[in-house]
Amino acid sequence: MAVKVLERRPLSFWERTYLPQVLGGLRVTWRNILRPSVTLQYPEQRPTIPKGYRGVPTLVRDPNGREKCVSCQLCEFICPPKAIRITPGEIPATAETAHVEKAPKEFEINMLRCIYCGLCQEVCPEEAIWLQNQYSMTGTTRAEMVNNKARLYELGGTLPDSHFKWDHKKAESERQAGGHH
Amino acid sequence: MENLLNDLLTSPGLLFVGVRGVILIGIVMTIAGYAVLLERKASAWIQGRLGPNRTTLPFVSWIPLIGPFLRLGGFIQPAADGGKFLFKEEPMPSHVRKIYYVLAPIVALAPALATIAMLPFALLPDGTALALCKGADVGVLLMFAVSSLGVYGIALAGWSSNNKFSFLGAVRGSAQLISYELAMGLAVLPVFLIASAPGSDHGLNLTAIVASQEGLWNIVRQPLAGLVFLVCIFAETNRHPFDMPESETDLVGGFHTEYGAFKFGLFFVAEYGHMIIGSSLFILMFLGGWHILPGIPEVGTGIIATLIGLGTFFTKLVLFLFFFVWVRWTIPRFRYDQVMRLGWNVLLPLAVANLVLTFIYYAFAG
Ligand code: SF4
Ligand code: SF4
Repeated sequence: MAVKVLERRPLSFWERTYLPQVLGGLRVTWRNILRPSVTLQYPEQRPTIPKGYRGVPTLVRDPNGREKCVSCQLCEFICPPKAIRITPGEIPATAETAHVEKAPKEFEINMLRCIYCGLCQEVCPEEAIWLQNQYSMTGTTRAEMVNNKARLYELGGTLPDSHFKWDHKKAESERQAGGHH
Repeated sequence: MENLLNDLLTSPGLLFVGVRGVILIGIVMTIAGYAVLLERKASAWIQGRLGPNRTTLPFVSWIPLIGPFLRLGGFIQPAADGGKFLFKEEPMPSHVRKIYYVLAPIVALAPALATIAMLPFALLPDGTALALCKGADVGVLLMFAVSSLGVYGIALAGWSSNNKFSFLGAVRGSAQLISYELAMGLAVLPVFLIASAPGSDHGLNLTAIVASQEGLWNIVRQPLAGLVFLVCIFAETNRHPFDMPESETDLVGGFHTEYGAFKFGLFFVAEYGHMIIGSSLFILMFLGGWHILPGIPEVGTGIIATLIGLGTFFTKLVLFLFFFVWVRWTIPRFRYDQVMRLGWNVLLPLAVANLVLTFIYYAFAG
């Protein structure tokens, strides 16, 4: 392959004095002074959160108000810094959602440990844990930085659901039970 | 009243000297504080930020219009900064040479204060200069001599800190001072030449130099000298792009690496003091001092003229300080060898050539 050698243009006298460059630089910075600032004045102005943002992990309910977590503890196992601690519990047989069988008795996420990796959300088979928009977690004690179950549901709220997996299961089992009659 | 003012300015009495000293420190600290504010604001604007705009005091924020203006302009920030420096803990590293370590910031600041005391700011109605220390007739020579002493503070700080970075910073500072002092002195000689040419009644002091620029400012008559002097004052004040003694990227913090709290604050004020001195000297020697425009030395008469002159001088000073800041946030720092080369190989020959040409011009044409 032919190599094309480009001659570097020798610097002119003025360029060697460095003065035109200084003046050029001053012009650039002067233009910047006249430009509006891009500062976001934080506590008053809030940033717009992009889609798919990984904020504080939260627990969510389905549109019928059923808590989605079944305390399978997959998230607890995968969490790299071991921020999650779950105490599994049973759903009483009298409850309407008794066929789901399990729900967490207590669910704690230690936000001093969490690294916002999103693995818990990825691993959850029930789509029960979501990293949502909240980006600012503050507290004055260590205990305050641990989100308990109530707080997690309060932060999480309700998210739309496209499967209603447990409702389908219930309907299916009822249909099958009916078929044997 | 007139008498009291006169006493205040010239009396050698201990009380008046003390009052003058307090006034001087007050003025310098205030200007330095607001120079820092200017620096922070201007750098913010250049970088697309807003700069300090939160600090305020309760009773100030209650004033409509002015309150928010003071807050957004950051005008109370210098007080907060100064207060912070005052109330911080003063750590004393265990490996320093204690006496010299404490002495260094004082040695750095004292010459700056002494020089500012000699600076004339305006012309009084009786034709003498308004300065805190009147009648220093050798004027500019004494100023150059005293203000250069500031580098002893840097050298002392670097040595007593017992830290290689500080020491390197100190060595660089002194080498830089020596290299640029020569070019600086030679660059201003033509200005004196013009001011005290045969037939003119102007002397060596700064008032006379300002008076000699009545028709035309020296920057027009001596552009090359002006340029050399300008570069030299940047180098002498250790400002970007010549801040070799500090040079955060390669020397951590340079000579003040080991300093904190108010001792660091003193170095800081000294740097801004030197900026004020450099700017003032440039304004006095090349930009017509308290003259408003070339050809219009003063407006009004008596005390009015003095006040307008004072205002003009301070406007020029603020603009020049802004220029210092503007350059700092524009040009990257030179390498150390480049600084030395520029000083010895470029500025010194230029200054000498300029001086010789001026000699020749005045010998044959003048
Ligand atoms: S985001 Fe990551 S670190 Fe935080 S709780 Fe979920 S798995 Fe653990
Ligand atoms: S949040 Fe999901 S992964 Fe974690 S225990 Fe509940 S159901 Fe299992």
